[in-house]
Amino acid sequence: MSLAFIHISILCFLLVTVLAIVRMRDLLAVVMLLSIYSLLSACFFVVMDAVDVAFTEAAVGIGISTLLLLSTLALTKRFERPHRTEPVLALFLVLTTGALLVYGTLQMPPFGSASAPAHQHVAAYYIEQSFLDTGIANMVTSVLASYRGYDTLGELMVIFTAGIGVLALLELKTDTKVSRKTEIPAPMAAHHILRIVSKMLIPFILMFALYVQFHGDFGPGGGFQAGVIFSSAIVLYTMVFGLDAALKVISFAWLRFFAALGGLVFGATGVLALVSGKNFLDYHALAEDPIRAQHLGVLLVEVGVGITVAAVIILVFMSFTRQMAENGKA
Amino acid sequence: MDILYLLSLLCLSLGCLCNLIAGIGIIRFPDFYSRMHAAGISDVTGAGLILIGLMLQSDWSTTLSKLILILLFTLLTSPTISYTLANTAVKAKYKAKAKDNSKWQKDMEAK
Repeated sequence: MSLAFIHISILCFLLVTVLAIVRMRDLLAVVMLLSIYSLLSACFFVVMDAVDVAFTEAAVGIGISTLLLLSTLALTKRFERPHRTEPVLALFLVLTTGALLVYGTLQMPPFGSASAPAHQHVAAYYIEQSFLDTGIANMVTSVLASYRGYDTLGELMVIFTAGIGVLALLELKTDTKVSRKTEIPAPMAAHHILRIVSKMLIPFILMFALYVQFHGDFGPGGGFQAGVIFSSAIVLYTMVFGLDAALKVISFAWLRFFAALGGLVFGATGVLALVSGKNFLDYHALAEDPIRAQHLGVLLVEVGVGITVAAVIILVFMSFTRQMAENGKA
Repeated sequence: MDILYLLSLLCLSLGCLCNLIAGIGIIRFPDFYSRMHAAGISDVTGAGLILIGLMLQSDWSTTLSKLILILLFTLLTSPTISYTLANTAVKAKYKAKAKDNSKWQKDMEAK
């Protein structure tokens, strides 16, 4: 009863947020509302016991994507242009599709029902066998990195491609531009409070990212979340101390290298299995003992995911920052 | 054990009350700066009391240490956030609605 109450109230909040997002013309407020939407979704996932998904939603949806959207707004304009036309046909289409979708859900098995087809297929096998097969306590990690490793490789490539797309849009020039004479100002570096607090926090954020990365076998976490948290530390450093200081930590060339390296580590693990005469991404090729082999394979794959995710996000953010500085100069 | 439970109940309800008051304040207060005061209540007192209430319910475990870390993190970041917000607002030349303020000033000058 109380759980149903929590579900209903979170869903009502989600609905209100979405309606507000649709009505708003101020894009800055829309970005903030999207962040609230992610927060509510994360709460919803926690209530449904999907801690890993909630963790990802919290790190990506609330944190990084809000930040990237804000940087986009800084490059474009804050207010949406008023619409001239009234798209009645589109509204009709959307309403019809929505009604059909709602009609479709009427036939779905009730939420959490054990006899639902989704819980009958391979899920039962994973629940019973995944610990015996892989020796990994967190079932989400073993499914994500071992049973469904190929899907995860695809996801990683999506992130990598998205990074390439953003760089192509922002016209990333060669690194000769970095040696320009004018320094990109770091407006926040003048604030002592921000400087000191971020100096205090950054080591702990980095440490937490590593914990999430390597503790993913036992608790919620893994490469995706760890990569996002790691990149948020560097993003914080870039925001407070300026792009030039951050480029001394890691340059664009190295970031591009790392963005590719992660995917390469993931793929190479698969090819290694292929060369040893097993299937692609079959970790049993890595060691004699099957449990040890699975652990090693999952570790390698998660490290690959973490490196690429972190590098792509830092790369995108730094390109945005550089573009902003160049726009401001012009 | 019972006393701990009662204490945690007290902390949790006080925290919820503070958050409620802060929520009303954010809606009702006239301008940005006074709303920041309301947000500060929920950040420090509301979240702090709820975290302390949860700490009292968890025994000596990793959960307790995590809750303490979260509390420390909140206590460190929320004043910084307030500072950043206020600073940005001043730079963007947000004005406080000076209705009440001017009346008070007149009173002071009359004295």
